[in-house]
Amino acid sequence: MARGVRRVWTALLGLLGLVAVGAIWEGYKAIGPDDGVLIGETRVLPRTTDLAMPHLLDMVRRLGEPVTSAPGAEPLWRAVYDAASTSFGIAAVGWLVGVTVGLLLALLMQRIRLAEYGLLPWIVLSQTVPLIAFAPVVRRWGNQIEIGTWEWPPWLSVALIASYLAFFPVAVGALRGLQSPARIHTELMHTYSAGWWATLRSVRLPAAVPHLLPALRLAAAGAVVGTVVAEVSIVYPDGIGRQLITFAGQASGDPAKAWAPIFGAVALGLVAAVAVSLIGLLLRNYRRGEAL
Amino acid sequence: MKHTFRRTVVAGAALLATASMLTACGSDSGDGDSGGSGGSASGDLQEIKLQLQWLPQAQFAGYYAALDQGYFEDEGLDVEIIPSGGDIVPQDALANGDVDYAIAWVPKVLGSIEQGANLTNVAQIFQRSGTLQVAWADSGIDSVADFEGKKIGSWGFGNEWEIFAAMADEGLDSSTVDIVTQDFNMNAFLQRDIDAAQAMTYNEYAQLLETEDPDTGELYTPDDFNVISYEDTSGAMLQDAIWADTERLADDEEYAETTVKFLKAVVRGWIFARDNVEDAANITVAAGSSWGPSHELWMANEVNKLIWPADAGIGVIDEGAWDQTVEGALAAVNEQGQHLITTEPPATAYDNTYIEEALADLGDDDTTGEGYEPIEVTLAKGGN
Repeated sequence: MARGVRRVWTALLGLLGLVAVGAIWEGYKAIGPDDGVLIGETRVLPRTTDLAMPHLLDMVRRLGEPVTSAPGAEPLWRAVYDAASTSFGIAAVGWLVGVTVGLLLALLMQRIRLAEYGLLPWIVLSQTVPLIAFAPVVRRWGNQIEIGTWEWPPWLSVALIASYLAFFPVAVGALRGLQSPARIHTELMHTYSAGWWATLRSVRLPAAVPHLLPALRLAAAGAVVGTVVAEVSIVYPDGIGRQLITFAGQASGDPAKAWAPIFGAVALGLVAAVAVSLIGLLLRNYRRGEAL
Repeated sequence: MKHTFRRTVVAGAALLATASMLTACGSDSGDGDSGGSGGSASGDLQEIKLQLQWLPQAQFAGYYAALDQGYFEDEGLDVEIIPSGGDIVPQDALANGDVDYAIAWVPKVLGSIEQGANLTNVAQIFQRSGTLQVAWADSGIDSVADFEGKKIGSWGFGNEWEIFAAMADEGLDSSTVDIVTQDFNMNAFLQRDIDAAQAMTYNEYAQLLETEDPDTGELYTPDDFNVISYEDTSGAMLQDAIWADTERLADDEEYAETTVKFLKAVVRGWIFARDNVEDAANITVAAGSSWGPSHELWMANEVNKLIWPADAGIGVIDEGAWDQTVEGALAAVNEQGQHLITTEPPATAYDNTYIEEALADLGDDDTTGEGYEPIEVTLAKGGN
């Protein structure tokens, strides 16, 4: 019973937060000066014109209207939903690839000390390569891959770039987790003459869960950001990244429209976060003393 | 027991999720591909890749019309049109051998040529410059000479050289103005963060005319703005041109022949876009342009104005205009004191033989558009 009440409270608080953001937006728009708040030459708070800050109601109303007045144009929310779902699918594939690679790397590094010394610096270094330098290279390589009749589809390039951001927290987090059991436990397994595999299954993997779950969450965030940036960078036509750019280009004549894909991107991030927390729910028996 | 069950559930859920995502993506890419390359069935057609310099829109109406009307197929070509808009630089994609032809502005490619790219302009599609600098009617900015001390907007990425060339011609140093990098929309100008904004006749200028004036509640009209057209200054430079790989033109006879065929289809595409401007706008919308119908039609119409009439025939490079572009490129110095080019480009930088052969082959088709008359386009709010 108490648990149920707490859940209702959590939901209410979340909703309240949303309402508060909306109230701050409209409140500032109502009382803020048209030209924003300036300290010297620097604008610290934005302009409050309809161009810079459309009314929330206008943005919501715009979502219900067709994308353009072309005959047969779908409503804006539908276009945003389609683009966001496409991006979600790509991000999910990127996340899965990243998590798999990250886990395998962590296992390798746990098993062979030398691999840890050899690989870990490179894994850290890999994240310093800027995405915009890396993306065109992936696209070019992808374009050249053809196996029989199978051609490397452009979305796979996007997923690969997303996985590049996603694997890092998993590799590092899972390694920390796999190494976290106290010596006394691993030595106990040793006295049972349990092999590496048995120790992994009954001691190391369960112990890794509290480290792994935050890593999976970071990986999800990385995969979503990587997907959106990579879509823009390699000119992938169907995702939310491209939609953000094209609708931003139309923001002068149709200011509310430019906000629609931003809502889409926010929803995408939320759905990804919820999906990962479901995994946490399934693994809750192992979540003692989670390292948040 | 309970644990085993839960593990099975986790594994099952993960598998299901993977499977559904993979299938979802698979079907998506299938849809996307069918528009572009889908050429495995058309066995004996020659595969050609054309790199655009921006997203699909009526700026490229002629190429999409040639694709839609089957003009490329008539020449035995299976053309895939590749949009840009991200980190793809068309002349680099061409120089790297990723594509067979590329659309790019002449000054940008002149810069690449000086840095070692070996490219040839085989058809100058746009005969006139479509770049404007737009100021408010009450700003007192009527000409390039008035730029001094003002905040001048530009997109950068090689789109700024006409500004500097025109200023150099007025004897204005680029350090006398404040160059502000512009976004893809006109908000910075509308909010008066920029005194004079860069705008293409076919795109950003229309964006202004489809924006509501908050004071009147009506759309802005041309009377609200002072428009400086670079075409009227000596800073004007040649824009959308078709570029080919110089070495392949010289060594690969088939590529040289393909170039003529490709140009024939492109010229027919642009003639279609001139004579059927509404259909041309619909074709680019179908090809993935996200603009509203009135904006797209405006763009198709304005682009036609940059091409037609073409006195020597569409695509033929006018020596005078070329020389002016080179002179401007040599004279221009940006706000960081950098030059676009320091020496004259090589003679291979443009070549009229392919387009002239293509025009001769087309014979009776009206390739000069002597009596061309643009249509009147009324822009709707937001271009919708």
